[in-house]
Amino acid sequence: MSNPPSPSPTRWFKALRRTRLGEPCLRTYPLECVDLLRRARIAFQAGRTLKECFRLTQLEALVRMLEEHECDFVDALGRDLHKPRFETVVFELITVKNEALHAITNLKKWMQPQPVEKNLSTTLDECLVISEPLGVVFIMGSWCNPVQMCLVPLVGAIAAGNCALVSPSEYTVHTAELLHRLIPFYLDNECFHVILAGISDLPEIVELKFDHIFFTGNKEEGSKIAVAAARTLTPVTLILGSKNPCYVDQNCDVATTVQRIAWACFHNAGQSLTAPSYILCHTDVKARLVQALKCCLMEFYGPDPRESRSFGRMVNLDIFGRTRDLLWRSGKVVVGGQVTEAEKYIAPTVLTEVAESDPIMQQEVFGPVLPILSVNDVDEAIAFINKQEKPLCVYAYSTNSKIISRIMQETSSGSFCSNDCILQSLMVALPFGGVGACGMGSFHGRYSFETFSHRKASLLRGTRFECVTYLRFPPYEDRNLSLMTWACALSQKSQGWCQIL
Amino acid sequence: MFDYGCNIGLFIDKPIVWLQNVCSSVLRRALAKTSPRLRARSWPLRGRNLTGEEDCHRRSSLHCGSSRLPDGQGTQRLPPQNNTVRMSREQQTVARARKAFNTGRSKPLEYRILQLKNLKRLFYEKQKMISDAIKKDLNKSEEVTQLHETLGIESEIDLTIKKLKDWAAPRPVEKNLLTMSDTVYVHPEPLGVVLIIGAWNYPWAVTIGPLIGAIAAGNAAVVKPSEVCVNTAKVMEDLLPLYIDKELYPVVTGGVPETQELLRQRFDHIFYTGNSMVGKLIMEAAAKNLTPVTLELGGKSPCYIDKNCDITIACRRTAWGKFTNCGQTCIAPDYILCEPGMQDRIIEEIKKAIKEFYTDNPKTCTDYGRIINQRHFKRIMNMLDDSTIAAGGENDEANCFIAPTVLRDVKPEAKVMQEEIFGPLLPIITVSGVDEAIEFINKGEKPLALYVFSSNNKVIDRIRDETSSGGFVANDCLVHYSISSLPFGGVGNSGMGCYHGKFSFDQLSHLRGCLIKKLNMEGVNNVRYPPHTPKKLSWVRFILLKSSNLGWMGRMVMVAMLVVVAAVALQRYLQ
Repeated sequence: MSNPPSPSPTRWFKALRRTRLGEPCLRTYPLECVDLLRRARIAFQAGRTLKECFRLTQLEALVRMLEEHECDFVDALGRDLHKPRFETVVFELITVKNEALHAITNLKKWMQPQPVEKNLSTTLDECLVISEPLGVVFIMGSWCNPVQMCLVPLVGAIAAGNCALVSPSEYTVHTAELLHRLIPFYLDNECFHVILAGISDLPEIVELKFDHIFFTGNKEEGSKIAVAAARTLTPVTLILGSKNPCYVDQNCDVATTVQRIAWACFHNAGQSLTAPSYILCHTDVKARLVQALKCCLMEFYGPDPRESRSFGRMVNLDIFGRTRDLLWRSGKVVVGGQVTEAEKYIAPTVLTEVAESDPIMQQEVFGPVLPILSVNDVDEAIAFINKQEKPLCVYAYSTNSKIISRIMQETSSGSFCSNDCILQSLMVALPFGGVGACGMGSFHGRYSFETFSHRKASLLRGTRFECVTYLRFPPYEDRNLSLMTWACALSQKSQGWCQIL
Repeated sequence: MFDYGCNIGLFIDKPIVWLQNVCSSVLRRALAKTSPRLRARSWPLRGRNLTGEEDCHRRSSLHCGSSRLPDGQGTQRLPPQNNTVRMSREQQTVARARKAFNTGRSKPLEYRILQLKNLKRLFYEKQKMISDAIKKDLNKSEEVTQLHETLGIESEIDLTIKKLKDWAAPRPVEKNLLTMSDTVYVHPEPLGVVLIIGAWNYPWAVTIGPLIGAIAAGNAAVVKPSEVCVNTAKVMEDLLPLYIDKELYPVVTGGVPETQELLRQRFDHIFYTGNSMVGKLIMEAAAKNLTPVTLELGGKSPCYIDKNCDITIACRRTAWGKFTNCGQTCIAPDYILCEPGMQDRIIEEIKKAIKEFYTDNPKTCTDYGRIINQRHFKRIMNMLDDSTIAAGGENDEANCFIAPTVLRDVKPEAKVMQEEIFGPLLPIITVSGVDEAIEFINKGEKPLALYVFSSNNKVIDRIRDETSSGGFVANDCLVHYSISSLPFGGVGNSGMGCYHGKFSFDQLSHLRGCLIKKLNMEGVNNVRYPPHTPKKLSWVRFILLKSSNLGWMGRMVMVAMLVVVAAVALQRYLQ
């Protein structure tokens, strides 16, 4: 136990209980976080992170860490989620690496003060928007993509010049411990810390007062985090799970569509924030779709997915049990449906005859279960999607671009992708974030940088031309006012009434 | 920042809320016994606000209206009498706005522009009503009202109308190897129903400013003007429905209970201007529904006057910034930081500027405002206790008048330095130089604005880079607010999010990432499907990792193309 003695008896009991249950002993307690936060804040105030070269070195070190320890990551994720090497490398490591390389290439451009449009009066002055770091940020990753969800925001935080505390999910113990072990070797020891905290401790830690909170995970916890952050008036970015609809039109190449959906839906055993949660298909294609899914799953994972090296496992028994219950209580299984509790294995499963009121359509599902619902036309699909809470992603498959653009225009979601899944959430150039019930704020690339920066409006004026500023001082006269109104009307193309101030 | 008004007191002092609830239930019981006609007569105030007779009828059957508390500090809402309607008035308003939003009529750009044009017409046609109401509330003259409120709004509307098409257009992003053949862009889309809670110090500017953004972004908006400016709130409630869509952009007036009821509803964004304490409560209420917030709060905005600068001009500009609207401006310089040797000179110059602006007797000067109410008057006078007055200090409680006051040699522990002043007191704190000034600024919470007067660019740059604040202005005060191309907003304790011009639009839009692919090119995709093989992995590694160096790849392709073209040309030429 690395925690210092705690004065609070409740905390002491908590510690006792955890040890008795035989959970991993390596834990960071809120009390310790106070200390880490103080260290990070001192480092931030010393102005360490302000320099461009510091940020570049840190980003490069992060890339080096991913390169040098690829095997360790593959191994840790393999133990946590039985994640295939391919998926670890593609979804976790390459994504982060790309993000970091993108930041390294563009950092100089992002950091530069951006001059804004000038007008008559400010031709002599300088109007700039300066991106300045916020301070110490707190990043909490979800267990779905434990490395990606911690490190992609971290790249943004480093690029923007913040110090950061990172808390990987407690569900993926091995990955969390690996990050905890590796990061001090590569990143600055005062500015960046990895803490291993339980999900129940997080709101308490959030209340310690950070300058920004970044959370990915599920809705209830996100809501708790947001409330805790509000108490200290801290801005939050939340990326929360939701039920992502995937519409399949009758005009589409079913074989290709199914491949893309199945890939997205069953990677990491379906444990992803962005995977499609259900298919809304046109009644005409339903039979073909199910048939194609069967073939496709056979091709992907062989006759017994349990044996396949390309198929993952559920993260823990809680999630396993929850998903299994949802699966058993809804619809009719057409493919898969086998579960093995000892291995936390749930076969890739496709459900049909699912009613909207079934539990599987009511809750967020993190598991390889794909319900198929049918609708009669696009209108019905749009109405169905709009009836639910706004999802994180909406997917649409069709060869008809009119249908695509209708779905895009008439639904609202965090992001939209047509004729493919997930890719939009991995691109560095697109903002990825939530709206409505699936969160707020966005990240990736430039948008991460902006999330973790404050855009400071700067107006640098001179003291010359005092005669013009006289117009705005009291005693107010009608003549001055009319002069200003006139100037305002005259140059509508310039930026407002300041031109004469 | 603004609303130190009654609403903090009521929000926080639970007993008062409780008392109000008791009062309201007693009143309700009393009213239930009276005839409907009598009931209708007891809220003429609301009834007259309405636009048409039919509307009046409909509304009065939905809610009971209000009765003003004797102290004039807030209104009290009575629960609906009609048993068939269980929803509160706020709930209904929000439901109506959401229904109107769901019809999708706020989405077409033409409609948004039409609404903005109508809104602009309001300020053009009803100038008189607006300035009369403000005169009653804040004792601002007509010129001041135009200068501080409507002129800014009008130009913001102009700018928005002109640029809206560009802002709302999809924004293409750079592509990589994988998405070469696809369409990738960021598409701004409306959020839904936005709640805008205004403040009293510039009742139009801070309420209509965000509304312009909300309309431009295609949202529905519920506008809640501050209850402290009674007359202005009423005028707003009367006028807005006449000009803009009254279902999409309803106005809700009232005090704390109404605001609390509003906050219980679910919105898609909440835009609040006011003080940090209420800001926290609003954010907490919003967090329960996972609603994003923009908070424009206040803070003690420092003003550093360097020894190398034209002190006359610096003092005049500072005095203007401070005493405008009687110091009740969120971005007013809160205190002056200067070197000890300059203090006397600064005091002299500020005195001179005050005299120039507001004559020898500011009390009779029409351009000098008043404190909003007695409560604030007492709060400000209380701050004067432990500091030395160098100029001004006269006051008149009955009139809520406090003369422009300068305080000298103020200690950092003095009462006046503990919270945002929001009144015409200007403390001067002496520091030994730039270093100490920076240290002093960084010790406090992050302010909304930071002002530096210096003719030395190095000093300006140092302070800019080593401190943090919502906005930064060198050699002037307040004017950054008026520049629409600059974002206006706080950081840390002074708020979150920003607005003005395009920033309002972005703030109240959801920037949705869109990737439009086609179903062809399935061959490329094969590498990502299971069963996974090492060969597939190495392909993916190549495609994905190279993608970040597309610039380099592109240049190589360019060079290759040029070579081919040159070769072809050369061949032709040789033939």
